[in-house]
Amino acid sequence: MKFLKKLTLPLLAFAMALFVSGLLVAFSDSKVLALKSSPLSMLAKAFSTAGSAYWALFRGSIFDSQLTDAGLLHGFYPLSETLVAASPLILTGLSVALAFKAGLFNIGAQGQFIAGAIGASYVGFHFEMPIIIHAIAAIAAAMVCAGLYGGFVGFLKARTGAHEVIVTIMLNYVAGYFLLWLLSTSAFLRPGRQDPLAPEVHTSARLPHLFGSELRANLGFIVALLGAGAVWWLLNRSTWGFKFRAVGANASASRTAGISVGRSTTTVMFIAGALAGLGGAVQILGSEPAMTAGVGGSFGFDAITVALLGRGTPIGTVFAALLFGALRAGGLTMQASTDTPLDLVLVIQALVVLFIAAPALIKAIFRLKSVEAGQAVASKGWNG
Amino acid sequence: MTIQEVRTLSAPERRRRRGIITMGGLGLFGLIVFAILPKQGQPVTYSFVLGNEWVLLKEWILNSKSGSLAFSLISLAAVAVAALQFKARKTIRLASGIFGASFLMSFLSWAAAGKFIPFTGLLQGALLLSVPLIFGAMAGVLSERSGVINIAIEGQLLAGAFASGVLASLFHNNWIGLAFAPVAGALISLLLAIFAIKYGIDQVVLGFVLNVLVIGLTNFLYKKLLIPYQSTWNSAIAFTPIEIPFLSKIPVLGPIFFSQSIIVYLMYVVVAVIHIALFKSKWGLRTRAVGEHPTAAESVGIDVNKIRFKNVIIAGAVAGLGGAFFTLGAVGSFSKEMTAGKGFIALAALIFGRWSPLGAVAAALIFGFADNLQGLLTITGTPIPSEFMLMAPYIATIIAVSGFVGKVRAPAADGVAYKRGGGSH
Repeated sequence: MKFLKKLTLPLLAFAMALFVSGLLVAFSDSKVLALKSSPLSMLAKAFSTAGSAYWALFRGSIFDSQLTDAGLLHGFYPLSETLVAASPLILTGLSVALAFKAGLFNIGAQGQFIAGAIGASYVGFHFEMPIIIHAIAAIAAAMVCAGLYGGFVGFLKARTGAHEVIVTIMLNYVAGYFLLWLLSTSAFLRPGRQDPLAPEVHTSARLPHLFGSELRANLGFIVALLGAGAVWWLLNRSTWGFKFRAVGANASASRTAGISVGRSTTTVMFIAGALAGLGGAVQILGSEPAMTAGVGGSFGFDAITVALLGRGTPIGTVFAALLFGALRAGGLTMQASTDTPLDLVLVIQALVVLFIAAPALIKAIFRLKSVEAGQAVASKGWNG
Repeated sequence: MTIQEVRTLSAPERRRRRGIITMGGLGLFGLIVFAILPKQGQPVTYSFVLGNEWVLLKEWILNSKSGSLAFSLISLAAVAVAALQFKARKTIRLASGIFGASFLMSFLSWAAAGKFIPFTGLLQGALLLSVPLIFGAMAGVLSERSGVINIAIEGQLLAGAFASGVLASLFHNNWIGLAFAPVAGALISLLLAIFAIKYGIDQVVLGFVLNVLVIGLTNFLYKKLLIPYQSTWNSAIAFTPIEIPFLSKIPVLGPIFFSQSIIVYLMYVVVAVIHIALFKSKWGLRTRAVGEHPTAAESVGIDVNKIRFKNVIIAGAVAGLGGAFFTLGAVGSFSKEMTAGKGFIALAALIFGRWSPLGAVAAALIFGFADNLQGLLTITGTPIPSEFMLMAPYIATIIAVSGFVGKVRAPAADGVAYKRGGGSH
């Protein structure tokens, strides 16, 4: 029962977000707007337009009966796509969530993700190694690259007081351009090609598929879940985690109590960076073996919404990433089959987080007496 | 200076001391890399004439190696002067300015060896690139000085750009578009104000989500309406520049400041009004009081949340107006995510400028200049790969933030929701 009560708010928020976005879909459609003269049929058309968009969203993210000709398992191909999309989101989301707990706002998951992707890609295609060891080496390289990239931010903050929000925003741009340059150098160009596309990583470094070669879901999802477990352990069961949370709750008090705030900041940002970098490795080794200039996508941006929706906890982040992964996978189907732009997904994401962040609003709309709200993520502002 | 002496310095003094050390390091770097390392000099041409202003000096040709040497020596001399003034406990602002200008000239003379630099055009472009940053940073000042963190600048700019482009196109009238840009920005701010002030939601979280919402909405409508029905929805034409008589004829300064579109002139007014009002008016005093110590402000009868609400809405309107620059001030029509992260750069300028209007303007101008310089050098070609040139403004910001600014102090109550009687501290 307690679990159900905890789910009330997120479910209502999701329903509200779908409702509002549905209005947007319906009343920006020219066929709906053409029926202005008869309100009733306009309403019916609006309903069916939004309905078919959402139906496509479901078919693209969970189960599609049209695909079952090749076996029942294949009908779950969309679900597998959801897992593929969710895996890097879980890890980048954890990166942001961990930093939040330590009182830091890591906008830099994008740059750290790219740093990780570069590390994993280079080790993956440049070296020849036995299976398993190769994957582990690539993942380690990704985590170190990205960890240093993130740790640098913490180091700068600890030494000079430079605010992490500014530095991470700037480093995102730097990483993007660095990747662009790297892809034009001979080390990262495919032999005989001039376009910005790195060689594919060797199969020995790839993460194996979980449900046969037909479905793209791979070990990366398990890696992401292990990452969530590790962050949970770090935050709740380790001395370092205690220090992180203490600094996040009150830096001055922690300093008085003898915790080195600077070292905590640097360490948190290193680990956060490594997590985002692991996300980059999962993307490269799991589903996108040839790195392009667009490898970062909008992972860093989405990571923040994921962490916010997950209220900064590891388990919440996993569920939030699954939801966003489903929206992302389904959004592609929706765009292809119903002429509804993929960007609707961004609107849904923003509305979900907005409604979840405002339990008072949901309570007022649904006239609920009590809703389990839990502790929302709180940033430290600028002076934190 | 011994460690004991350093410890007794106040925070601004320590910041100044670190600034001098950073300048010294940069100056030496410039001397070695720009002036000593290059094997031979080539002529660099600076041209100063852009339009039909009065001609004072048409162009100036100098040798890259000796030019770099001269300018880096001037910059090092400026560092020495700054150090002496610091010892004498005097302001080092002028010396720092001279350092910055001569260091840049030394870099330019090196990077443009054998090339042509349209000097006036470089500065004019820099101002244009700073316009949205300045509007955005002013929105930040208005909101954050009253105690509400405004991460939603990006969304406010984008909403303003969208509304102005679409409405100017629908009504075939740029003035209607320009009038609705602040309205759109204010609507985003209304959401920020309601959720942050009424419901007390974390402001950083909220601002970020509003950005995602505006990006999603404008992208959606762009694909659904603006692309398929472009002639109706997205065919606005930019304002033409207005030349101010006499002033626009001044050499160098004229084309930069007085031959611009109406939105740039509005920007001068906005900056001046905000600067004066914030420090000289009753509204400004109340705003700052509410941002620093809301409990004290309320104890003398100020309605904290009312002032914050008002300021956040005005902030959105200012940013929305800045958004119109992307469409009506530059290219006319709207394109997807055309603000391209400028709202976040504006946020950086706000922090870099330490929440003061003029400081934020200076930071925005520096960023605009770096951005435009990068564009120019990428076209003319330099010894550096173009991707590194593209990175330069961002790296420069990191150096500036960690080397000169250091730890910043925001308004004390910035980001803290206020409950009447409950107090926030």
